[in-house]
Amino acid sequence: MTTLKTTPLHAAHQRAGAKLVDFAGWEMPLHYGSQMEEHKRVRESAGMFDVSHMQVVDIHGPQAQAFLRYLLANDVAKLKTEGRALYSCMLNEAGGVIDDLIIYWTGGASYRAVVNAATAEGDIAHMQKVAKDFDVNVEPRPEFALIAIQGPQAVEKTLPLLPDDLRSAGDLKPFSAVWNDTWFVARTGYTGEDGFEVMLPAEQADGFWEKLKAAGVHPIGLGARDTLRLEAGMNLYGTDMDDQTNPLTANLGWTIALKDVERDFIGRAPIEQSKAEGVKERMVGLVLDGRGVLRGGTRIETEAGDGVVTSGSFSPSLGVSVAFARIPAGVEAEQLHADIRGRKLPVRVVKPVFVRNGEPQIELPSAG
Amino acid sequence: MSEAPKDLKYTKSHEWVRSEADGSVTVGITDHAQELLGDLVFVEAPEAGSSIEAGTACATVESVKAASDIYAPISGEVTEVNEELADSPEKVNESPFEDGWLFKVQPSDAGELDALMDADAYAAHVEAES
Repeated sequence: MTTLKTTPLHAAHQRAGAKLVDFAGWEMPLHYGSQMEEHKRVRESAGMFDVSHMQVVDIHGPQAQAFLRYLLANDVAKLKTEGRALYSCMLNEAGGVIDDLIIYWTGGASYRAVVNAATAEGDIAHMQKVAKDFDVNVEPRPEFALIAIQGPQAVEKTLPLLPDDLRSAGDLKPFSAVWNDTWFVARTGYTGEDGFEVMLPAEQADGFWEKLKAAGVHPIGLGARDTLRLEAGMNLYGTDMDDQTNPLTANLGWTIALKDVERDFIGRAPIEQSKAEGVKERMVGLVLDGRGVLRGGTRIETEAGDGVVTSGSFSPSLGVSVAFARIPAGVEAEQLHADIRGRKLPVRVVKPVFVRNGEPQIELPSAG
Repeated sequence: MSEAPKDLKYTKSHEWVRSEADGSVTVGITDHAQELLGDLVFVEAPEAGSSIEAGTACATVESVKAASDIYAPISGEVTEVNEELADSPEKVNESPFEDGWLFKVQPSDAGELDALMDADAYAAHVEAES
């Protein structure tokens, strides 16, 4: 039996009565009582997530930019202001997705990446291998705790609790960060709501968590994190895409920067080829207005063959089931059918964004 | 360990059965089952008037996390369905043994009740499964 890794907030989760589960080798909170209530709290006020299992990686050295322009499918040359960030895929030679990440330019020849927990080890090995051809240093920073505070009241509740020299975080634009010697505060998240993601020294995590709690920020588990990100139209690595997935079939085309023809990056050739040939599948959003829940693996019938749900759930904000599904590229029908345990239920095809800043992004059947 | 009332009978698949004064039985899922499922969002009970057979799937409860079959604890005719669950499936989470009951059955063979577990046997079963 392997021992699960724990974060600096493990004791806090136990105190709060969390239901703890194995997530990628980490013992993490699934919920603290009700996933549904936690979800609604984030949409209506503010909630906080322990995301310390995610891995911070610092990249610095004279060739840091050249290295990252080769390593990542999005182009860090777009980062013109210190503290700005972008979302990118890291592709393999075949164009499959090794991981998705956020990369910050921290000034000069320094960058900071945040990668997924499940893929962290492989990511770092890959980065360090590619780094051998560059004058650059890839440095994992496991000493940080990470706390995401999300929701319409997240910023106002968090600001007074930040170190004095980081109160300017209140003026941050989305996808921007400020930091001091030990803390790093970014206006990013994975819920479709305003908020911060805060990196801080592990030994200060418990105290900060309790102060947030006292300010009315409720702990939120991984269960609600998943339904929040699904509603927000954000992919989950390992579920919506993996190292076998062409990102163009996972709604990630917007993150692949092909504009600079001079820039070579790992996976560029196969992506350009599939773009020229046309991809065979695309990702859409689905809404099931009837009773039932779309789940990962649910078969979707189309006139051009079967598609499949990659992520699906009941949407606590909308009261219906929503999903991402990969379907044959040519299908333009506005209605398809889902095979839910043998029953064929009609589903609507929509853009895969369901809720943003608390507001529904799809039409809902009128009540009554 | 979640509580299991002493006056009920239980199945290995986590349904409970209460014998009513009129000879019918009420069926629901246990506190342990609702805890495993998490927040319920849909309950599909069998229709009143339909026949169900002990040990076969006769209803579905769907939570945010997963769909789960409900197995008939006893054979007979469904006489009543808890209509309130259509709008308030969370009653099963909040009150699994009372307000969150699923349906009532008129047993065709009340002797089948003897095959079900009592609260102590069920508690041991849950213990062994975890």
